[in-house]
Amino acid sequence: MKKSGSSTTIVKKFSALVVDDDLVIQRIHKMYLNRFGFETQVVGNGKEAVDLYRSGAFFHLVLMDMEMPVMDGPKATRELRGMGVNSMIVGVTSQDGDSEKQAFMGAGLDDCYMKPLTADTITSLLQQLNMKYR
Amino acid sequence: MLLGLGANQLLADMNRLLSLLFHQGVLDEQFLELQQLQDDSSPNFVYDVVNIYFNESEKLLSNLRGLLVDKEFSDYKKMGKHLNQLMGSSSSIGAKRISNICLAFRAASDQNNRPACLRALEMLENEYCYLNNKLHEFFQIEQQRVLAGGVRYPIQQQQQQPPQQQ
Repeated sequence: MKKSGSSTTIVKKFSALVVDDDLVIQRIHKMYLNRFGFETQVVGNGKEAVDLYRSGAFFHLVLMDMEMPVMDGPKATRELRGMGVNSMIVGVTSQDGDSEKQAFMGAGLDDCYMKPLTADTITSLLQQLNMKYR
Repeated sequence: MLLGLGANQLLADMNRLLSLLFHQGVLDEQFLELQQLQDDSSPNFVYDVVNIYFNESEKLLSNLRGLLVDKEFSDYKKMGKHLNQLMGSSSSIGAKRISNICLAFRAASDQNNRPACLRALEMLENEYCYLNNKLHEFFQIEQQRVLAGGVRYPIQQQQQQPPQQQ
């Protein structure tokens, strides 16, 4: 991975799945990920994410919202891990309570961040992915 | 040249308006992050995101008012979900004051304090109106600037530095 100034050159093309029912968050996170070179897909709840994986899809990175209709983030994360999915699953939440975050992490997340995601967060995730898939 | 001068004046007006909103604490640096995401391939990104935000927020505010006007209201958990969503999207576009009010609103909701929730809702609705008006003013000026002299999107980033908040 080469660095020049404040930009990071990506060697590998990563895929990402945004799982969030909020249209604003969907749009912003997709834009962030695309800007950093990800191929990004967006779904509106946890069940759609699980169904994608069941249909054979794979994503290097999943950004998982906590509260969603139909199937929430913790339940979707547990289901994905139960299926043997080893993608990097990162929780994204607007709830700052420790107990909620711990419960979400306990579902099988690799990490959990407060909204909003920033360019620095995506950079950090990209570095972790490069380490994981080198 | 006159058109260029007009565009420069409009740019100054935009920067002045943004500076005011940063100084008042209405917006924070997350709004600048959105502007930095905008490029030639998505020249209307910030405008589109902000409009989606206003459309979705109106629904959430309407839902919150619908819950609270009911004197028999007791579903604070449902209200909490609406608030979490509003807080998440507000902080993601840099709507700092709205996010802060949502925090206070959520605290009142966690205590099942209906009068405090009603007060917070009123503050939220007022703040929403203010932000809506100011950002639409901002985008109107931006549109005029684009028309004024073939000025290219996006805005020149180096000219927009939020003042240090006191």
